Amino acid sequence: MSGQGQPFPRIDAVGDRCLLVGLGDTVDPVTSQRVFAFVRRLKAQPIAGVRDVVPAFTTVALHYQPELLGNAPFEALRAAVLERLHQPFEATQQAAQTIDVPICYGGELGPDLDDTAAQRGLTPEQVIALHLQSAHRVYMLGFSPGFPFIGGLDPALAMPRRASPRTRIPPGSVGIARDQTCIYPLETPGGWNLIGRTPVRLFNPQANPPCLLAPGDRVRFVRIDEPTYLAMLEERS
Amino acid sequence: MSHNIQVIKPGVQSQLQDLGRFGFQDLGVPVCGAMDEWSHRVANLLVGNARDEATLEMVLMGPSLVFESATRVAVCGADLSPRLNGEPVPMQRPLDVPAGGQLDFGRRVSGLRAYLAVRGGFDVAPVMGSRSTYVRGGFGGFEGRALRKGDVLRVAGVQAAPVPLVDVGVAVDVAHHLPSNDPAAVAVVRVIAGEHWAHFSAETQAVFTTASYKINAQSDRMGYRLDGPALVRLDAVELISEAMGFGTIQVPSDGQPIVLMAERHSAGGYPKIAHVISVDQPVLAQLAPQQQVRFELVTLQAAQTWYLQREKTLAQLRQTLGVPA
Repeated sequence: MSGQGQPFPRIDAVGDRCLLVGLGDTVDPVTSQRVFAFVRRLKAQPIAGVRDVVPAFTTVALHYQPELLGNAPFEALRAAVLERLHQPFEATQQAAQTIDVPICYGGELGPDLDDTAAQRGLTPEQVIALHLQSAHRVYMLGFSPGFPFIGGLDPALAMPRRASPRTRIPPGSVGIARDQTCIYPLETPGGWNLIGRTPVRLFNPQANPPCLLAPGDRVRFVRIDEPTYLAMLEERS
Repeated sequence: MSHNIQVIKPGVQSQLQDLGRFGFQDLGVPVCGAMDEWSHRVANLLVGNARDEATLEMVLMGPSLVFESATRVAVCGADLSPRLNGEPVPMQRPLDVPAGGQLDFGRRVSGLRAYLAVRGGFDVAPVMGSRSTYVRGGFGGFEGRALRKGDVLRVAGVQAAPVPLVDVGVAVDVAHHLPSNDPAAVAVVRVIAGEHWAHFSAETQAVFTTASYKINAQSDRMGYRLDGPALVRLDAVELISEAMGFGTIQVPSDGQPIVLMAERHSAGGYPKIAHVISVDQPVLAQLAPQQQVRFELVTLQAAQTWYLQREKTLAQLRQTLGVPA
């Protein structure tokens, strides 16, 4: 039922095979730290019957098999979750890994760069500089395989999503909207403002791990020029 | 030791599915898997397979398949008029296809999705732990796509448990969930309240649990779009994206609900008014566009009790057939 007004942590049923733990109600680094600390706890102390642990901005979902959790599966899982929530989380942040993502800004690879600059009263070079300087951090993956929602975008670059989404966005496109950056791993529709493109592959089902980025990672964008972009793209294929 | 099945006619969106690709939703990878898990599992049971072997999910118009070698098969779920060498064959029970035998499908009598299990399972390599096809991602199952004319499917040579040729329908009504094809019929699907149930007024809640909704033509393995009375939220606060599951009913701003199915995204930001309970998800999966559905509110406790009963039924069936767990 509705979690409104409930204190955190909030525990809801997402149907009869998923339990959702709410750890906050705003998208911010502190809530995100709590989300990842709880995910680490669930990895260190796994719960039998849970087959997927899915962090999002403020929540952690546990997809489970009720047949492995006794006669009152939700209640049993809730008890196991509360037990793991009641132990204090480590005070120190786990050292997140930093992933370098090369990006070629503007031109055909970033068709919305100039428009973004105009709307924010900046030059394209200022937009690029602010994007490079932002403290990017992966809040969650979703929408399509390997699609990262990356928080930490400089507030000066806050843009609404495009009024009319594009029907086909080329893989590797880097977009911004509100306080976030995203990268499109596959050709999909999408409404973010495209400022550049990366030649690296974000998702490969045959690789282990299949995704370049994981929730909790820090991202450092590294500016490359178009010849370098094309050379890296060629090298990849 | 493996043998082949030739695809003479592909049918519409015939694709290999198992129970889904779990463990990667945190990377944004959709679970996929059979739309009608019950029929998938019964079909596997009938040929002595483990529950997570892939079956061939066939929609509306089935394929034509020629079996090179004698093969034990079972067809469960929708009645798409299966025929072996031109003769009608029973569903929901094991069937021996002789070497060179041709399996065809014809008129849709009931349901929408049929499942073909072959003894030993389809021989495709698991991708990220699953044999489910993810067409949008282009991986899993048979070359990451639906079957095409001329494809050759391999059947694994591993011997599955020998299973007697019994009519399990005598013990368990395995096709109980198939909704009527009568266009005036309204299938009842049970739901539990979602996290945002209270974001809707009592009137809207009442509409949701009494009105009939028609399944829109824009429905697929990812989700069922429904047409009916609009569900209006009390507030317009933008929600933060969070987890969704099979059966989650979300309400976008136009008020027309969408039920998320096997190929759903792992997370989304629309309000979740309710969730279709697991044991009724197969009912929905068997409904075609233009058919109608009505939602009935039940408790989580009841939903899980029915779920555990279904597991018990399957366990008994497994025992009856002598199939190892």
